[in-house]
Amino acid sequence: MNKRIKKLRKQSLDAVTRISAERALLVTEFHKSTETQSASIPVTRALNLEYILRNKHICINEDELIVGERGPAPKATPTYPEINLHSIEDLEILDGRKKVFFKVDEKTRKVYEDMIIPFWKGKTNRDRIMNSVSKSWLDAYQAGLFTEFQEQRAPGHTVLGDKIYKKGMNDLIVEIEQSLRNLDAGSPALAPPGRGMKMGTGWNEKKEELEAMKIAARALILYAGRHADKLEDLAQKENEPVRKKEMETMAGICRRVPANAPLTFHEALQYYWFVHLGVITELNPWDSFNPGRLDQHLYPYYRKEIDEGSLTKEKATELLQSFWIKFNNHPAPPKIGVTALESNTYTDFSLINVGGVNTDGSDASNELSYLILDVIEEMRILQPSSMLQLSKQNPDELIHRALKIIKTGFGQPSIFNTEAIVEELVRQGKSLEDARNGGASGCVESGAFGTEAYFLTGYFNLTKVLEITLNNGRDPLTGKEIGIKSGDPNVFKSFEDVIEAFRKQLGHFLEIKMEGNSIIEEIWAKNLPAPFLSLLIDDCIQEGVDYNAGGARYNTSYIQGVGLGSITDSLSALKYHVFDEKNYSMQQVLNAVHADFVGYEEMQHKLVYQTPRYGNDEDYADAQAVTVFEMFFDLVDGNPTPRGGTFRINMLPTTSHIYFGSKIGAMPDGRKAFQALSEGISPVQGSDKKGPTSVLKSAAKIDHLKTGGTLLNQKFTPSFFRDEKSILRVGDLVRTYFKMMGHHIQFNVVGVETLRDAQKYPEKYRDLIVRVAGYSDYFNDLGEDLQNEIIRRTEHEAS
Amino acid sequence: MKAVIFDLNRFAIHEGPGIRVTVFFKGCPLGCWWCHNPESRSQKPQIVMREQKLNGRTFRVQELVGREISANHLMQEILKEKAFMDESGGGVTFSGGEPLLQTEFLIEMMKHCREQGIHTALDTTGYASKDIMRKVMSWPDLFLYDLKHLDDDIHKKYTGVSNKLILDNLKLIHDSGKDVVIRFPVIPGINDDKAHVEALKFFFKKELPQIRRLDLLPYHNIARHKYEAFSIPDKMRSVDEQKKEDLEKLKAAFKEGGLDVSIGG
Repeated sequence: MNKRIKKLRKQSLDAVTRISAERALLVTEFHKSTETQSASIPVTRALNLEYILRNKHICINEDELIVGERGPAPKATPTYPEINLHSIEDLEILDGRKKVFFKVDEKTRKVYEDMIIPFWKGKTNRDRIMNSVSKSWLDAYQAGLFTEFQEQRAPGHTVLGDKIYKKGMNDLIVEIEQSLRNLDAGSPALAPPGRGMKMGTGWNEKKEELEAMKIAARALILYAGRHADKLEDLAQKENEPVRKKEMETMAGICRRVPANAPLTFHEALQYYWFVHLGVITELNPWDSFNPGRLDQHLYPYYRKEIDEGSLTKEKATELLQSFWIKFNNHPAPPKIGVTALESNTYTDFSLINVGGVNTDGSDASNELSYLILDVIEEMRILQPSSMLQLSKQNPDELIHRALKIIKTGFGQPSIFNTEAIVEELVRQGKSLEDARNGGASGCVESGAFGTEAYFLTGYFNLTKVLEITLNNGRDPLTGKEIGIKSGDPNVFKSFEDVIEAFRKQLGHFLEIKMEGNSIIEEIWAKNLPAPFLSLLIDDCIQEGVDYNAGGARYNTSYIQGVGLGSITDSLSALKYHVFDEKNYSMQQVLNAVHADFVGYEEMQHKLVYQTPRYGNDEDYADAQAVTVFEMFFDLVDGNPTPRGGTFRINMLPTTSHIYFGSKIGAMPDGRKAFQALSEGISPVQGSDKKGPTSVLKSAAKIDHLKTGGTLLNQKFTPSFFRDEKSILRVGDLVRTYFKMMGHHIQFNVVGVETLRDAQKYPEKYRDLIVRVAGYSDYFNDLGEDLQNEIIRRTEHEAS
Repeated sequence: MKAVIFDLNRFAIHEGPGIRVTVFFKGCPLGCWWCHNPESRSQKPQIVMREQKLNGRTFRVQELVGREISANHLMQEILKEKAFMDESGGGVTFSGGEPLLQTEFLIEMMKHCREQGIHTALDTTGYASKDIMRKVMSWPDLFLYDLKHLDDDIHKKYTGVSNKLILDNLKLIHDSGKDVVIRFPVIPGINDDKAHVEALKFFFKKELPQIRRLDLLPYHNIARHKYEAFSIPDKMRSVDEQKKEDLEKLKAAFKEGGLDVSIGG
């Protein structure tokens, strides 16, 4: 890392995350002006973006090479009052949080009090949503059956393909004009509701949308031009000749891109960054935005310039590192209401993909893939996230390089299976080429990059459905009857009766969820289209339809199942102890559960330690996981959405397994009330007793190819990656999981602090396996001396 | 056919090539002072008390160490790991205890493995009659052969048995051209002195010219809690673990002799 990057990195790490009222003020000013009132909604939205980009402060940080900040300074985070409105109380909570705070100064608070809140109160998109959903939706939502992603943030969840490397904004404007000429004035001006015609496909709607896209494209050129102006100005005042020259070059770049397709490595990075800012200024989309297959897109520039001698490896590294810092300067915009209280994350889930295959299916890794891995290792910053797309076509060298970074314990990169991603996407109906150009984004979601709008609609609490089933439709935490009458569990004759009742409840709640999604999807499409984002994703321009309304080539809405391990173990416990072994009656188990096991400790101990559990490659338990998974899939997959898309499933929790756990009482697997659920498709913490190969075998029993992503987390100490040989074997472990068509795996390398914490609170770390000496053991099972020994050793390895 | 085993270790990566399943047979004719697996000595399943914690309460439960398992059942467990073996060039390692004590079962297992194309390694003390060794030796693809001390008196003192059979059997399998890795447990103050190291180097050169690989297995006092649980006196209380640099010196010394040496297998 050279001096410049060190300085920029420090600047980024030291910058205090704060709320900036700049955007909120500009949006309010804009909406107060009279000229907007006659324009269509898409045009208004585009003009809104233009107004911000024309008037916001231009920030150029000292010595930086890639320019552009969403707010007036690094980590000055804007708000989106047209989507959700922060109250004064929300701002105070954000300001006062110990972790993941957003500082709010007096001026910002005053602006909110005097201008923002009075103007937007009751008029936000969140208000629209909450006023439109049904009572049963609200009941289920409040009971913690599911979350709703689009309640506070715009859909997005998408990734850029290679479009901007071929086309400048001017080229896109030409395409828009062509699309305008192609409009069929003979078709209806508005798409009639409920007639099977897609939203936004009337000719007048298309016309307005295309005009809006044109305004948005020009707005970005204007915005880049303002950076060029400022750079020229600064260059003139600069005395230091090297920096002066640098700023002149950068000004030239900002004049060329995004107006035109980029010609150099530097231009390509700067172009992407302007586009990124456009997307996250227009709305506050989920997962911000993402350049996707960066090593593929940049390689032609890299190769050409290295060969010509106009770029060196060092310079390319420096530019990439500058680019990395830009992501880190942009925390995820904060939410409002109760969620502002929870410890959140600054991560905005932009996930850089490295590796994978070319459009023709061949190995896509290149010199730049390794250079990017070097950058990831050296930068060690929160954002952007990074992942390795591992194909069977990629050389082993690639995964071994990645494992050496993982070993250092900062959680990146995660590893994905290219073959699984491609098959998942093809199953959903994508062309093989579009699938191969895809990858994973956000946490683990598969997508066809540049051609797909894939919305995550919310986490779904599978375990809560079982709790309601075991209470015949009643939520035992509130006493409310929110489910259907699926039968008194005490009269169930067989385990199949339990499963059948569960199926009925699951269908009931999924229907509520999907119905709600459809309402919410229409609200977004109608009120907050995204003409700027629509420029970037095919085939919005060709179709003349907005990204939020179904203009993308592929449209998917995901529901993410949570708590697979927890529900599996609870079902397995009922099957084993109640129906097969008859150790307890259903009534006895339910009494114990209702008492949160107080007075039933012996039974709880048995349920925890003597139940066949998911994660040990034993079919008795794993079969329950498969049953639940298949049921979830059957009830969701293939249902249509209003924008002409399809509902699909994912299996990932991010951090919702903790929230969902807090909404569930004790369960038959021995879990106490309100404790966290299992995470992703990982076993319940401490349930896997046979090591990593068995966990992978169990996890591979569900059919990953029917999902758009699954998440598997493995906790290892650094000694698992001790030497070359260990790295090779962990590589083999991953390759084998991927042969079984596992979708994703990440290694959480635990450090000394975790081990110390585990000594204090063993119950929190029942799954922690450590390498002892040629063998591994559960940390909790080791004597205190040995635990101390392991801690000392881990300390030593880390130093 | 059945055998008594006390553990199956999956994702074993230091007992032969690739990702392996290590099968630990129960029962051992030796009583090495430094043994990491004292639960392997007796061939009978044993009951020990174990503490399980749950929400701050401690439950004391009986646990059976060692179980009878049929060859078919064991094979099923091994086959569950086949995908990992295939990917990594791994296989099964039979260890213990001393697997040669349960000869027929061991041969049966190695036969099954060969039918399935699974690589086998035999981790042995070598303490068995020549007849048994002759019967077994054609089956494993690889021997992991423990060598503790060349001096018979010292060997007797610290392991309880003479090294004569061990050395003879080693010569036998070596001369028959089998693939052998020597495993030398490095025990501070007992077998790591200069004279013994020189003697070993000489022995390898003269008697075992085909040997290419030596694994140095450093002594760890990790098994102390097990000695307590099994009420076996721990005679190693006063012995400390090696320093890393001493091990590296030892590694260099053996390397001079032309061997491929690794620490920890």
